[in-house]
Amino acid sequence: MGGSDVVLLDFWPSMFGMRVRIALAEKGIEYEYKEQDLLNKSPLLLEMNPVHKKIPVLVHNGKPINESCIIVQYIEDVWNDKTPLMPSDPYVRAQARFWADYVDKKGEEQEKAKGEFIEILKVLEGQIGEKPYFMGEAFGYADIALVTFYSWFYTYETLGNFSIEKECPKLIAWAKRCMQRESVSKTLPDSKKVYEFCLQMKSKLGL
Amino acid sequence: MEKVQLFTTWSSPFVKRIVWALKLKNVEYEIIYEDLANKSPELLKYNPIHKKIPVLVHNEIPICESLVILEYIDETWKDACPLLPKDPLDKANERFWAKFGDDQVLPSFFGYVMKQGKDQEEAKEIALAHLKRIEQLLSDKEFFSGESLGFLDLAFGWLAENSHPLEVVTGLKVLDEDSFPNLCTWKNKFLDIPVVKESWPDQETLIAKCWGLGRSRSNKRYKREEDDAVDALACRDSGSPESLPSDENTCG
Repeated sequence: MGGSDVVLLDFWPSMFGMRVRIALAEKGIEYEYKEQDLLNKSPLLLEMNPVHKKIPVLVHNGKPINESCIIVQYIEDVWNDKTPLMPSDPYVRAQARFWADYVDKKGEEQEKAKGEFIEILKVLEGQIGEKPYFMGEAFGYADIALVTFYSWFYTYETLGNFSIEKECPKLIAWAKRCMQRESVSKTLPDSKKVYEFCLQMKSKLGL
Repeated sequence: MEKVQLFTTWSSPFVKRIVWALKLKNVEYEIIYEDLANKSPELLKYNPIHKKIPVLVHNEIPICESLVILEYIDETWKDACPLLPKDPLDKANERFWAKFGDDQVLPSFFGYVMKQGKDQEEAKEIALAHLKRIEQLLSDKEFFSGESLGFLDLAFGWLAENSHPLEVVTGLKVLDEDSFPNLCTWKNKFLDIPVVKESWPDQETLIAKCWGLGRSRSNKRYKREEDDAVDALACRDSGSPESLPSDENTCG
């Protein structure tokens, strides 16, 4: 049977999909990956996410779970005998949820000026401080929610003509630390491949 | 000795859900009313990122964002009245619909009732479509969370609380019994829950607030006998403790 009771509907450059892939890898869960064509959405995707029609969707025993942060918490709840992803203290857990929500809220404001984008990164840099990971000593939920954007940094830097490492060295150091984990390094696509994809999309959309 | 404070305005839809949760869990707390036009140093210290209410401060430690606060309350005061279900799939579904409610339903609902003319017609289509989805959630249950009140009911409580006051003021019956029988039944049940029924502001005060909002947005004068009282109470979404009922300044 393998991992066919766990299916992930996803799209390879999606930062949100990557979160789920990292969580599944951290827990060592086998699953079937189904790449989705977002310009020609499959009946399966429309059936499993009729409200938003978006990826990622985790389908577990035939039941869909939507929204990447909700999916990661679901994975934590179901496979609770494996590597914990959420902090155990309710306050630290609340902080982790707050920061994941912060990134999602800021990410929704699509057409962001470079200055605003750097400001957001600086807020995150300030939060990391001297800690190895976002919430402290252990890699977890907040890191998973945020590190997937690292795969798009090269794209942002090249298109915006600036260096994120110069502006936010601690953020880059943290991202590289996360990349030493196999679940992250094997999930995040090559930055140049993401950049080529972005150029293709821009050209297709006439931007 | 635990110290729990809630930074709030007196009628924000995102705040009442916190009040209800604290009351259901029998948590003693102190309310600190904020004037959003003149934010206190404490609010800015406790929520430097968004600078918004509500903020729950538990033993000097702040928690922000109302749905995050609800989960914190549920995980911290575990013994009384569990809010989220234990089953992971049910929990995920409640989180999904709570987020949908805040991101889509609430803005579309208030957008519909507060706009006018052509803007209102466009907003109406979106709001009604969202409400139809929510109506379906109640097709086989009494409460959004199942047989009894839970996380998702608190998340949608703003709808129960505000629909009648807005209806009185705007004349728009958004939740009519023919189109939304489940929501109407749920609304009445929800408003009858003791911690909801007994919590301030009550429906009359909310109606007064809506009159004030309507007047300030449209510059039209609605005919009301108690206009001075309406102005004093409804237009001010802030609180100096003197202007508000004294039993809401420290709450048990």
